[in-house]
Amino acid sequence: MSEEEHTHHGDYVKIWGILVVLLVVSVVGPMAEIQWLTLATAFGIAVVKAYLVVVNFMHIGATPKFVPYLIVVSVLFMVLMFAGVAPDVMKSEGHHWEKPQWLADEAAHAAAQAAGDTGAHH
Amino acid sequence: MRPVATTRSASGMPTGRLAIWWVISSEIVIFGGLLGAYIMHRLAHDAWSEQAAHTNTWIGAFNTLVLLTSSLTAVLGHKAADEGNGAKAAKMLYCTMAGGATFAVIKAIEWTIEIQAGYTITSNTFWSFYYTAAGLHALHVIAGVVIMGIVAAAAKKNQELHRVELIGLYWHFVDVVWIFLFPLLYIAK
Repeated sequence: MSEEEHTHHGDYVKIWGILVVLLVVSVVGPMAEIQWLTLATAFGIAVVKAYLVVVNFMHIGATPKFVPYLIVVSVLFMVLMFAGVAPDVMKSEGHHWEKPQWLADEAAHAAAQAAGDTGAHH
Repeated sequence: MRPVATTRSASGMPTGRLAIWWVISSEIVIFGGLLGAYIMHRLAHDAWSEQAAHTNTWIGAFNTLVLLTSSLTAVLGHKAADEGNGAKAAKMLYCTMAGGATFAVIKAIEWTIEIQAGYTITSNTFWSFYYTAAGLHALHVIAGVVIMGIVAAAAKKNQELHRVELIGLYWHFVDVVWIFLFPLLYIAK
């Protein structure tokens, strides 16, 4: 490893301490049961923790520039997959496409069963 | 004769290190696809929160602490290898392996409790995702521990010290995956 890369080592124990504090915050924060606070403390802090590990432990800053680009492209593929599939999964009531017939049959069958169950209880 | 992974540097860094970054890049797509699918289903189905309420936050948090600590020992092993201290690098890798083993044992206990309570991989879609994502991650932990054992044995004899960094990079990635799995499976209830 080059001398330049040695300068990126930093104080690992200090970084670990910060990660542990962030872990505690991510567990305690959601206990307030406030949705925005849960999102910020659990998921926001996850991003910060991942950043600290990638930068300080994996020394991504000491690699050639194409490595961070490679990683970003992989993450973008994930976002692309999400964007392409999410409308079908999350917006099943959409009007601009048709669901396959077997899905409609399945939904009708489930609805009929649910209605039957409710009738039986009455 | 030295292996190509240490002697060739056509990309501006040793080929072995390049290979690990390629592995990590591929793994991002694998885990990213899984987590992306989980997130979109979780957002679309409020009922999943009732299932997620049965996961044990404290066990998840403790395992996060274990993995973060094992990442620290992995990077300290890398530092020792850089300084040419193979014995210390091996010692740090053994500590990392202990962390990985602890993680796997706790995971096994946790799963036993959940399965005995009736939450299996076929219970519903939430538990299918839970066991698939956590199981795939646990397989990576076990694979990392095995490879680390081989690297540590060589490092102890001051051989192939560059591999300490390479297995460390993989291990940190496994840690990063868990950093995202933890809030998704244990916190969002």
